[in-house]
Amino acid sequence: MKRAFPILAVLTAVLLSYALYQALEVAPTEATMGDVQRIFYYHVPSAWTAFLLFLTNFVASVIYLIRRNTKADILALVTAEVGVVFCTVVLVTGPIWARPVWGIWWTWDLRLTLTLVLWLIYVSYLMLRRFSSSGQTPLMAAVLAVFGALDVPLVYFSIWYFRTQHPSPVIGGGGSLDPRMARVLLINWAAFLCFAALVCWSRYRVERLQREVEETQALEALMESRSIR
Amino acid sequence: MNYYLYAAYAATWIIHIAYLSIVSRRYSRLRKELQELKKS
Repeated sequence: MKRAFPILAVLTAVLLSYALYQALEVAPTEATMGDVQRIFYYHVPSAWTAFLLFLTNFVASVIYLIRRNTKADILALVTAEVGVVFCTVVLVTGPIWARPVWGIWWTWDLRLTLTLVLWLIYVSYLMLRRFSSSGQTPLMAAVLAVFGALDVPLVYFSIWYFRTQHPSPVIGGGGSLDPRMARVLLINWAAFLCFAALVCWSRYRVERLQREVEETQALEALMESRSIR
Repeated sequence: MNYYLYAAYAATWIIHIAYLSIVSRRYSRLRKELQELKKS
């Protein structure tokens, strides 16, 4: 496993570079928006990756609620944190793309508002995990995650069933994306998925280490109190 | 127009690199802390 990490890191770096080249050089220029449309190759894969991470968080939280499994609890925490990072990318690149195309940075449209609410739900989840000192924190966080995950399909399908400022779905739902653009989009998504897996792996190791430190500190405190008696 | 494109790509990597540096610093701090705990 120790050797797999650097191999995955190198593969991810190569794939990300290739995906960047495809997005900037190979993908055709969109007729109406011009080069600024290339933001799409970072914005959409980041959103899909965030959704996938939040769904993993949901599954891990359900497993934790059923089995009280520590590994599932750590996975839930890690995927929520990395998901928030990807969701932040979506909320930052979206307005940068909207400004030249719509003429505004932000509008309180259904898709945008639900995405912001999704981000706020998972930031609250992380705040709860960071600042609550109760022994029930993982349980409360898992319950919050189960309810929070309900927003993911709402965000995803909001552009399928409602008329919003946000463009219609590019794949499925009647979207007509140029096959060359779809190919570049999928390459970028694959690259971001590998990158997300790598970041989750690193964060998982940090969390395991954090818990090891806490256990050692507790053990030391226990031994000290016994020696005082 | 390209200004927005580069700003979006740069913002993406600034966010990811900032997060990775936080994770990496935390890992180094915890390793150090654990070593000190095991010494004492």
